[in-house]
Amino acid sequence: MDELRNINIIIDGIEISVPQGSTVLQACEAAGAEIPRFCYHEKLSVAGNCRMCLVEMERSPKPIASCAMPASDGMIIKTSSEMVEKARKGVMEFLLINHPLDCPICDQGGECDLQDQALYFGKGETRFENSKRAVSDKNMGPLIKTTMTRCIHCTRCVRFANEVAGVEDLGATGRGENVEISTYLEKAVTSELSGNLVDLCPVGALTSKPYQFVARPWELTKTESVDVMDAIGSNIRIDSRDGKVLRILPKNNESINEEWISDKSRYAIDGLSKQRLDTPFVKINNKLQRVSWDEAFEVINSKISKISNENCVGVVGNQVENEAIFAFRELFKKLNLNKILPFQKKLSFSKENRANYLFNSKIEGLDKCDYLLLIGANPRVDSAILNARIRKNYIHRDLKISSIASQPFDLKFNYEYLGCDVKILTSILEKKHKISNDFEKANFPMIIIGDEVLQNDCSLDVQKVSTSILKKFGGFNKNWNGFNILHNYASTVGAIDILSEYSDYDYSALKNDINKNLIKFVYLLNADDFDFDISNCFVIYQGHHGDKGAQLADVILPGAAYTEKEGSYTNLEGRVQYSQRAIFPPGDAKEDWTILRALSEKLGKKLDFDNLLQLRKIMFSSKTMLKFDENIYSSEPKIITKSDFKSSKLNYENKNFFMTCPISRCSSTMAECSQVNG
Amino acid sequence: MLQNKDKIFNNIFGFQSNKLSHALKRGDWDKTKKILSLDHDVIIEKIKKSGLRGRGGAGFSTGLKWSFMPKTLGERPHYLVVNADESEPGTCKDRDIIRHEPHKLIEGCLIASYAMRAHKCYIYIRGEFANEAKILQSAIDEAYENKLIGNNACKSGWDFDLYLHRGAGAYICGEETALLESLEGKKGQPRLKPPFPAGVGLYGCPTTVNNVESIAVVPTILRRGENWFSKLGKENNTGTKLFCISGHVNKPCNVEEEMGIPLRELIEKHAGGVIGGWNNLLAIIPGGSSTPMLPKQICDTITMDFDSLKNAGTGLGTAGVIVMDKTTDIVEAIVRLAFFYKHESCGQCTPCREGTGWMWRLLKKIASKDASPRDIDNLLELTKQVEGHTICALGDAAAWPIQGLFKNFRDEIEMGLKLKKIAAE
Repeated sequence: MDELRNINIIIDGIEISVPQGSTVLQACEAAGAEIPRFCYHEKLSVAGNCRMCLVEMERSPKPIASCAMPASDGMIIKTSSEMVEKARKGVMEFLLINHPLDCPICDQGGECDLQDQALYFGKGETRFENSKRAVSDKNMGPLIKTTMTRCIHCTRCVRFANEVAGVEDLGATGRGENVEISTYLEKAVTSELSGNLVDLCPVGALTSKPYQFVARPWELTKTESVDVMDAIGSNIRIDSRDGKVLRILPKNNESINEEWISDKSRYAIDGLSKQRLDTPFVKINNKLQRVSWDEAFEVINSKISKISNENCVGVVGNQVENEAIFAFRELFKKLNLNKILPFQKKLSFSKENRANYLFNSKIEGLDKCDYLLLIGANPRVDSAILNARIRKNYIHRDLKISSIASQPFDLKFNYEYLGCDVKILTSILEKKHKISNDFEKANFPMIIIGDEVLQNDCSLDVQKVSTSILKKFGGFNKNWNGFNILHNYASTVGAIDILSEYSDYDYSALKNDINKNLIKFVYLLNADDFDFDISNCFVIYQGHHGDKGAQLADVILPGAAYTEKEGSYTNLEGRVQYSQRAIFPPGDAKEDWTILRALSEKLGKKLDFDNLLQLRKIMFSSKTMLKFDENIYSSEPKIITKSDFKSSKLNYENKNFFMTCPISRCSSTMAECSQVNG
Repeated sequence: MLQNKDKIFNNIFGFQSNKLSHALKRGDWDKTKKILSLDHDVIIEKIKKSGLRGRGGAGFSTGLKWSFMPKTLGERPHYLVVNADESEPGTCKDRDIIRHEPHKLIEGCLIASYAMRAHKCYIYIRGEFANEAKILQSAIDEAYENKLIGNNACKSGWDFDLYLHRGAGAYICGEETALLESLEGKKGQPRLKPPFPAGVGLYGCPTTVNNVESIAVVPTILRRGENWFSKLGKENNTGTKLFCISGHVNKPCNVEEEMGIPLRELIEKHAGGVIGGWNNLLAIIPGGSSTPMLPKQICDTITMDFDSLKNAGTGLGTAGVIVMDKTTDIVEAIVRLAFFYKHESCGQCTPCREGTGWMWRLLKKIASKDASPRDIDNLLELTKQVEGHTICALGDAAAWPIQGLFKNFRDEIEMGLKLKKIAAE
């Protein structure tokens, strides 16, 4: 109750009311007074060491650090008095005496906190006559370039590594003016989130290695978009110049990625300009030859007419936007084909109810949850951002976590490992296991089911028992839904949403068909992780990279990567987000839905839309669930299975975080990371 | 002059053994049980009334500090932490207490812990005090063996454990919050205040950090009565105090004296006077290296207590009296102190990290006489930029000696610079 109380504080003569627990700095911001700062960061603990945010407080002889001082009733704060001005100028002078004047060759130039604040709060001249301090650079791996002479010791990087990423690789050694930020052992930062250190560094001490000396911030075109490297749908900003994506930065979204993104989201972009398919290809005499779009379509037309409908199958890849999936479905509908595989792996869901396959608690729910059971999930690899969010709750609220998985993964937080046998769930349900108590005590219990379960034969059984457990221990009510599926890929939820009412074709059906030699025609829509032997079939690959899928293809239709098209993606929570086009696809490559639209015309089954707007209109009218309602928790999952646990041991699948899609597989930065971290 | 009967530390010179048997003869551990039968708050009230001010340097009322601790023992345990990280240049009183009167300290720990409802007390001893740590540990062992501390300490029913922790040799760990960090096993860097240790201290629990001397005098005050103590010394600056006299005196020593004793009397009676006589005196640093120095004309009359030294623009600090006669190159002396603070700055906050080194370099330049009066102005402004802008008081401590130097000797120093310039031309 106390937290709701507001306190009144006077800032520069303006009385303002702020929630209890606010700091003076937050109150000043609320009052519209700008406070310079370096070490303070909203998402990190307060260090109070840069001393830039000093303000004058009545009845205090010394200026106070506003970032660290809790606001209390009746405080009188001045943010622009002579004392404050003097303090700021003094601190700024100290920060600058040992900071090199190398802004012209510093990658931070133009977006440097120190540069900006020196301009507003610094003195115009220097009194320092000695030599500046030189600090040797440190090795922080393939992503982070260090120029430690520029470091101002704000310790944001150290705090991020310790608090958010959960790796204790960074620290400060030495004391006094000899303090150095280092990785102690000259090794790479072993975190999937290390790229965020670059964003956090207020100066040019930590800069992006792949981006070094590439561009100045004012030259870049900035496009706000959505990431497709995992199922989270992190919000990103794509910075491009001259038709090339130069870097990707996180965009703040408290509900999803806060202000972090994973290294793969950030640094896989060099893969966007490698091994691109820039023109249609057709296999002639067992060799892929460049052809025109018309020729490629003609080959497809002649082939498809000879194959009976039941011999055709479509496969949706991992990073396809909803519009393309929808167009794909419509094309299949027109052609009277009904075998579409929504995802390439063997994943078992029951699709009747949307709650069956969503992350129902929402990502924000991770902040609220008070007991978490992971089943067959390795969130650190599958979605590093989500893992950081779990860790946040673990750090701040001491969240209790248990895990059933093939092995005790290093998740960067402590949890209780319950072994690899999911039969344990039955005893939890029957209150015969000690963690039944944890469930019972929890107000917001949460279960996250991951890949190891979904790919296992026991998938539906686990989902059903999990639902029963949550039901028994209060995991479903009008404010809470504790049942969560952790998806790995950006298009999985969208594909299920769009395809489930059209086709219930799935992995095992396909396996059957292939065993019976029924499949003659395969259309891979951005599908590169398709692991069946389809060498006897006629294969169309539509996609952007000359990766695994293209190798199988008889016809290649070049598509656009996620930075090159407008599209919507449904993330694991069921939230639909729109990406924007930052650059154009290379050569003759086209946006995916336009390829399908053109092909349909060629096949004499013209689709009913001529532009994206029309497509979306039809898509949304036919599929209401594509709209995300934040306020209403979905209904309880209803899973129908015998739950006999035919298999119950989870199996380990070796996954390489840095290489999960055609883009990241083509990225040399990711290759380096995987070498260093592997 | 303090009479022998009023001395608290009878064995400060180490003429007798520091063992328990001898300590008992000197009156230590006498009727401790009776003291512990008093209510917690009664003890705190008595210490308040005695007027005891913290002997670590800041001179804050010890009883008042104790009263900031929660009045009931909640879920979180209370801790007493004794700061034996005595590193202030010119100060060596705690060392002699530990060497020669360890049982006074141990008994004080028990009583103070009881008063603040703490069952555990840590003594954080300076890393360089290797012998002292040995002595103190064996005294603690003796006390445990004789059931003076431990469960049911002195049969009072109060469980009390005392731990000795050795530092690794960092001046900053004498700052109370840096000490707590170090004690927790972290890097010794001061914490932000608020929250204050009495609310959130060691391991996040209510904690009081006291100086060795403040704790060691507590048993005697309670035995002889708070009125006895408050009658000694001056008003608001009561009791006795250990003074450490070093530098250009004939007989450097640690001596217990009444608060408010004239500085000249202190030096002439106990330290054999300034080398070459009182008139050979140049300046005195009255309270350890961080207090600004006093020129001779003030030393003539000043009395040694918190308030009169404060009024003179300096402080009693730890009462480490550093005497400098006229053979001293006063600038070089302060250069050495500036170097000390540069070396000991923890490097956490900007003004101290960057400022202490800059101040030292500028002062060195002035000491080499290769400087202009403008450099002095810049240096003084730097000291103002550091002072009051840092997390802990080390920034202030680095700034004050330099401010004191130029307050008293600016004319002479500027003259030196001019002479050098003329000679060079």
